[in-house]
Amino acid sequence: MDTDRERHSARETAFYLFTQQSLPACKPVLTPGWVIAIFLFMGVIFIPVGLVTLRASHCVVEIVDRYDIDCVPESSRMDKVSYIRDDSIPKNCSRFMKVHKYMKAPIYIYYQLDNYYQNHRRYVKSRSDKQLLDGQKYHDTSSCQPVESNNNRPIVPCGLIAWSLFNDTFEFIREGAELKVNRKNIAWKSDRGHKFGKNVYPFNFQNGTLIGGGKLNPEIPLSDQEDLIVWMRTSALPSFRKLYGRIEEDLDVDDVVVVNLTNNYNTYSFGGKKKLVLSTSSWLGGKNDFLGHACVFVGCSSLTLAIIFMLLHVKYRR
Amino acid sequence: MDPPSKRTRIERRMDRIIYVLFSALILVSFVGSLLFGIETKKDGGDYGRWYLRPDITTVFFDPRRPSVAAFLHFLTGLMLYGYLIPISLYVSIEICKVLQSIFINQDQAMYDEETKRSAHARTSNLNEELGQVCTILSDKTGTLTCNSMEFVKCSIAGTAYGRGMTEVEIALARKRGETLDEQRDIDTVESREPVKGFNFRDGRIMNRKWVNEPNRDYIEKFFRVLALCHTAVPEVLDPGKIFYEAESPDEAAFVIAAREVGFQFFKRNQTSIQLRELDRSSGEIVDRVYELLHVLEFSSARRRMSVIVRNPERQLLLLAKGADSVIFERLSEEGRMFEAETKEHIERYSEAGLRTLAVAYRELDDDEYKRWEQEYVKAKTSVSADRDDLLDEKADMIERDLILLGATAIEDKLQKGVPDCIDKLAQAGIHIWVLTGDKKGTAINIGYACSLLRHGMKEILVMLEKPGIEAIERDKEEFAKAYKIVEKQIDEGISQVTGESNTQFGLIIDGKSLIFALDKNLIIRFMELAMKCATVICCRSSPKQKAIVTRWVKSKTGRTTLAIGDGANDVGMIQEADIGVGITGVEGMQICYFFYKNITFGFTLFWFEAYSSFSAQPAYNDWYMSSYNVLFTSLPVIALGVFEQDFSARHCLKYPSLYKEGIDNVLFRWIHILGWMFNGVLSSVIIFFLTTNSITGQAFRKDGQVADYSILGLTMYTCVVLAVNCQMALSINYFTWIQHLFIWGSITLWFKFLLVYGSIPPTLSTTAYKVFIEACAPSIRYWLTIILVVIATLLPLFSYRAFQTRFQPMVHDSIQTRRP
Repeated sequence: MDTDRERHSARETAFYLFTQQSLPACKPVLTPGWVIAIFLFMGVIFIPVGLVTLRASHCVVEIVDRYDIDCVPESSRMDKVSYIRDDSIPKNCSRFMKVHKYMKAPIYIYYQLDNYYQNHRRYVKSRSDKQLLDGQKYHDTSSCQPVESNNNRPIVPCGLIAWSLFNDTFEFIREGAELKVNRKNIAWKSDRGHKFGKNVYPFNFQNGTLIGGGKLNPEIPLSDQEDLIVWMRTSALPSFRKLYGRIEEDLDVDDVVVVNLTNNYNTYSFGGKKKLVLSTSSWLGGKNDFLGHACVFVGCSSLTLAIIFMLLHVKYRR
Repeated sequence: MDPPSKRTRIERRMDRIIYVLFSALILVSFVGSLLFGIETKKDGGDYGRWYLRPDITTVFFDPRRPSVAAFLHFLTGLMLYGYLIPISLYVSIEICKVLQSIFINQDQAMYDEETKRSAHARTSNLNEELGQVCTILSDKTGTLTCNSMEFVKCSIAGTAYGRGMTEVEIALARKRGETLDEQRDIDTVESREPVKGFNFRDGRIMNRKWVNEPNRDYIEKFFRVLALCHTAVPEVLDPGKIFYEAESPDEAAFVIAAREVGFQFFKRNQTSIQLRELDRSSGEIVDRVYELLHVLEFSSARRRMSVIVRNPERQLLLLAKGADSVIFERLSEEGRMFEAETKEHIERYSEAGLRTLAVAYRELDDDEYKRWEQEYVKAKTSVSADRDDLLDEKADMIERDLILLGATAIEDKLQKGVPDCIDKLAQAGIHIWVLTGDKKGTAINIGYACSLLRHGMKEILVMLEKPGIEAIERDKEEFAKAYKIVEKQIDEGISQVTGESNTQFGLIIDGKSLIFALDKNLIIRFMELAMKCATVICCRSSPKQKAIVTRWVKSKTGRTTLAIGDGANDVGMIQEADIGVGITGVEGMQICYFFYKNITFGFTLFWFEAYSSFSAQPAYNDWYMSSYNVLFTSLPVIALGVFEQDFSARHCLKYPSLYKEGIDNVLFRWIHILGWMFNGVLSSVIIFFLTTNSITGQAFRKDGQVADYSILGLTMYTCVVLAVNCQMALSINYFTWIQHLFIWGSITLWFKFLLVYGSIPPTLSTTAYKVFIEACAPSIRYWLTIILVVIATLLPLFSYRAFQTRFQPMVHDSIQTRRP
């Protein structure tokens, strides 16, 4: 009974304080002490974090090889576009990649495209998530314009993104033996499980007059076409990497990896670049010094500001 | 003339800012569409981005008609960057104002015990203007004073009675530097249970002591006049307690005074008035019936009233009270016995800020009365148009040959806390104009009493106090002469004010001079002078002049003016203006913040568009976009608008100079607004470039996965929500659990939203499906990036504030640091 009343009156007091705008409050004030402490704290936190980040980045070994120009024969270099469009010419090409530092498995294989606008509005919109999940059962594929149907039959998967599927292939040989490349589990699990249907098979795909990119095996359901799934996670920026597979063997220093690739994909007509990337990963992902540098920069700025503030504070005493 | 706009200055400024943002919107869209047109045109040639199928394209992306595509893109851009225009700003400001009004109405500090009324904000529109009031124009009676009259002194038969000190006298004594302790002691010794309307203290009169006074006959007559000559009606609520319903509080004060002295008026009917008074011969209290024959009522033209009664001794008496000048004109030769002394007393009383009336009587003989009555009744029953004039004339005939009894002095008490309040307002840099009908002396003394005029303040007088003033208005030559005098006085005043910049000035001008000062040739100089004075007192001014003065002050200063008229709640309003400080800063801040958050958001979209070949692809999922203004950033702004206090009410009262910032509107200057806009652009640059460079490209997780469009969008959006809310936290001065709840709540709401939205089927959630839980949350790089980005966006503002608070503090900063 008593506690009830107490609780009641406590609630009333709280309400009174609320209506009178006199709730208990904390009022931070930027006193010089606090300012210096905060600046120093930032510096002390961010510089080490940045250094650790940089260290992680330096542990990653990355080999990048741009092959789009070198894989075009000297004779065709004047007109690379007609070379790449000519199906009669075999597009095989061999590249040598020298390992300059020990690379521990798994080694991730990426292909990198530059100046390729996968984030163009027309491109991004040209897909049908419902069709990818339900296949031909889903009819309204108007969002897939302009690659919607062919010969009055729907295309599965429809849309520009699928149509322009990347189709260069890579094989890796070390000391005469083929390196085992694992091309499973390169797509996100949620995509495989929930965005691409298990019973949806490619249909009427790349049957038109103009063939964009790669073809799909109509025997394999979309949920297992991982190259397609990876490709259809559109990139954020015009320069991007996509996962191709994993080499599950370590590479030693001075190993030479021979890459047998087929150079099918046309990036020549719009001045794009193609690169092959082999990279290990650290706990922070791939090789990127930027994040570390940014952390160190922010930390150093804070320290500098702390020092400037302190000096000025001493100089202009109140 | 246009009807005055009810919009506040902030609203008007806000409109202009919206124009700026609109221009920015159009500019950004235009630049985007121009570049888009160029990019699209290139697709037509060899440059063909075949994966976009430029050969079978729609009009929106047609490389053969790039100008049409660019134009359509422009429209798309307007939609996309519509986020730059804070449409929700108006809504949330409106919500804030309504909530503020509710809080004003609830405020216990503005609750008046006596009337049992709290403040009532009739419009929510003008809340923020309260913090910018620069000039207060005030009436005296009922605003500075309570309009409740107290009988404090009287002069009877040339002797002054009443020992109490009026507030004005206390102030005058303080001005002269006298100590008041002695006087105070007497007051407290004599004090008894206070009677409303009666503050008369004199041992010679009270408690029936007057019967021992040498001029007791006059005293008896004097109080009888007060007890009889009125139109009040008694109300006996319970035995022994009588209340009087009177036309004016003055009249009630007289009747109360008579009652307290021993002439209790307790019954009135059509023909008689009954008093309960002391019979001096027997020493007993007896009821006496006075036959009421006529009441010659008060009018502002007559400035007097009288009654004709027949007392129990069958004597006919005319009892009169009125303005001193009127009564003195009508005294008989033998009735002028105490004229000199009484005049002197009246002079002294009015200097002490008291309202005075002279009291007189005469005995009538029956014949004279009968003759007069016939004429008077005839006049009264006549139906001609000039009946009132006729009545006045007849009344005038009988109100002659009066015998002066003395004079009364009534104090109109200053409202509680007025001097204190005015002191604070002055410290806050608010100019105060008081417009009163009082005489110069009274006005000045009251000015001292309510600290409108303070020690060390110099008075500048602009006066035309001369006899024969009426002539001026008619005579052209005199008019020109008077004009010259006023002009000269104003010019002298200006040179004095500009010469001594360290002293404060008080300007006193009388109504007659005001006529000339408001002339269109003089007004500019007059206002120049007036604006340099902390206080302006216009005495003897007419209501019409008050209106003119108000209009001029408003138009000349171009600042917020608060005019206080009659009404019971004015002092509350004055005090409220103090608290306005908190409101202003915040209003401005709130709007700036709105621009900040929308610019930050809008420009990240623009940077992203620049990297998507200007194709107007939004960086974020559609649902993120639409919930930005509604879910993740709206509540903190409202919390800021309603609950923010840079100082508690107590501090505001302690340091009134805080208010100056509101008047100068420093917290909402263009430079301030542009600063916030720049901060917004800066934040967007930091967010976009730090995020893209940290996340995209290489693998962003240990398992080698790379960041795609949806991951970048989510990361950037997280950074925007965090940055924008943390900037708010950084700008807030006052954290109660409400602020904490709203700010941190908004951030956690975003993550909860991600979890919920990310788990609904991909056909609905599209690019948000499981992105957070599957891709971002397990990535250390994601968390590291958002922390870095948030700190980096906060750093510029934090450094600015830190350096500015320390090295170029504004008033509120220096007081904040002084605060324990």
